[in-house]
Amino acid sequence: MARGTSDITVIGGGVVGLATALGLLRAGRRVTVLDGSDSDFRASQGNFGLVWLQGKGAGFAPYAAWTRDAVAAWPGFAATLGDLTGLDLALDQSGGFEFFTDPAEFQDFAAALERQQAHLGNRFTHEVIDGDDLRRSHPQIGPDVVGATFCPLDGHVNPLRLLRALRAAVRSLGGHIRADAGVRGIAAASGGGFDLTLHTGETLGAARVVLCAGLGGADLAAELGFATRVRPQRGELLITEKLGERLPFLSSTIRQVDEGGVQIGGTKAEVGPDDRETLDVMAGLARHAVKVLPALADVRVVRAWGALRVMTPDGYPVYARSPRHPGACLVTCHSGITLAPLHASVLADWIENTETAPDLEAFDENRFALSDAA
Amino acid sequence: MKIASRFLTRPDAVRTVMVSLDGEPVAARAGDSVAAALLAHSGDASRQSGKGAPRTAFCMMGICFDCLVEVDGQPNCQGCMITVRDGMVLRRQRGLRKLDGSANA
Ligand SMILES: Cc1cc2nc3c(=O)[nH]c(=O)nc-3n(C[C@H](O)[C@H](O)[C@H](O)COP(=O)(O)OP(=O)(O)OC[C@H]3O[C@@H](n4cnc5c(N)ncnc54)[C@H](O)[C@@H]3O)c2cc1C
Ligand code: FES
Repeated sequence: MARGTSDITVIGGGVVGLATALGLLRAGRRVTVLDGSDSDFRASQGNFGLVWLQGKGAGFAPYAAWTRDAVAAWPGFAATLGDLTGLDLALDQSGGFEFFTDPAEFQDFAAALERQQAHLGNRFTHEVIDGDDLRRSHPQIGPDVVGATFCPLDGHVNPLRLLRALRAAVRSLGGHIRADAGVRGIAAASGGGFDLTLHTGETLGAARVVLCAGLGGADLAAELGFATRVRPQRGELLITEKLGERLPFLSSTIRQVDEGGVQIGGTKAEVGPDDRETLDVMAGLARHAVKVLPALADVRVVRAWGALRVMTPDGYPVYARSPRHPGACLVTCHSGITLAPLHASVLADWIENTETAPDLEAFDENRFALSDAA
Repeated sequence: MKIASRFLTRPDAVRTVMVSLDGEPVAARAGDSVAAALLAHSGDASRQSGKGAPRTAFCMMGICFDCLVEVDGQPNCQGCMITVRDGMVLRRQRGLRKLDGSANA
């Protein structure tokens, strides 16, 4: 079968697949991205848009460091995408809060940030702020907030514009993106490389593949001999009418989009492949937001939606080479917005196995095999 | 300059209600939505977007939010989802509402 004209085929055209494709293109590879259908679950189209460090990797130092690198790489990445596409991602990294109404949760999170601080040393800084002190600097915060943590490195971006910019950037560097080209089957070809079967029945050849298909990649991962099984985790979000002024803060659950609407989110539910929103969760989100910022009480909600996170068993990224099939890699993670600058740069060195490649051993999937055996 | 409406009102006779638009009296058909009444009154924009672009009602079914108008002091009301009432005080909305509920202008 024809191997096509690409060096590498990326399966999945969400934020992770497109960022990975962009990195490979910048490294001089010819790349084809095969994306699925509009009916697929797509975290890249329903997420919250945080570029977030606070709390990440408190229990796993390599992830704390990787996320720190990503956050540091964001300004240059946004500028590169701007140059390639003319799109402004509305990146704002002026710091973010985590607000607490439960004293025990506040203490636990402050302790987690201490562990993260120990992992990152002088590459991290955070504040733990008592509720009354917080209200002195931010009088708009409600009386039920018992405390907050703040990290000056946190920020956010417009995630839909990021997705659009990644598509445009991949195309501008000569990458091919095929929509409605879901891969149904994959097999090692006799002469090397892979034979792919699309959902339409069409067959394609690929010299090398990177599997970035999110929740739609589970069967293909198994066919390639990978052990990682991602699972869906539902988050629900609200967005309000647009406001004509900026909110006085960014937090992990309340963030004002550059266009003015206030997005409220942060819920987690293990409900399988079901991305519907639910009234009780939406009401809980609204109550939380009004506790934090009582002035939101009469601001109207205009839309609500659910979206499924792509979760690995321990929640950390997986960067793995197929044990059975040289030339096949698996790249999947939660927090793919935050990590996008690394996927679009140094991950290509790891895929290409160059001398300057980052050491990603800690993110290999053999960690699941080890913990299964223990 | 006032831009004439290009919308034809239905010929059947119904009661007329009086509302005000930016302080000026406007007659409207009872039962019409605020957005329909404004379209029938004038072909001019009924609001300005956050970036100052002229806008008026588009979908007439609650989806596009292009019909936002201030109704009885409340900004950001969807004109297509509200029925006109006698004595209603309407203002063309300029920009977006603020957090304290006031209009921007
Ligand atoms: C509610 C919520 C909030 C989030 N908030 C944040 C946040 O604030 N910050 C942050 O960094 N991250 C956040 N995330 C995580 C982030 O959105 C994801 O990590 C990221 O979008 C994952 O991208 P992906 O490309 O792996 O997956 P997806 O976006 O799911 O894309 C997978 C793509 O693969 C395609 N596909 C599927 N199967 C096949 C197949 N067989 N063949 C070919 N193509 C296929 C699909 O059509 C799809 O386009 C959030 C996620 C959710 C759900
Ligand atoms: S005209 Fe579209 S929401 Fe009113």
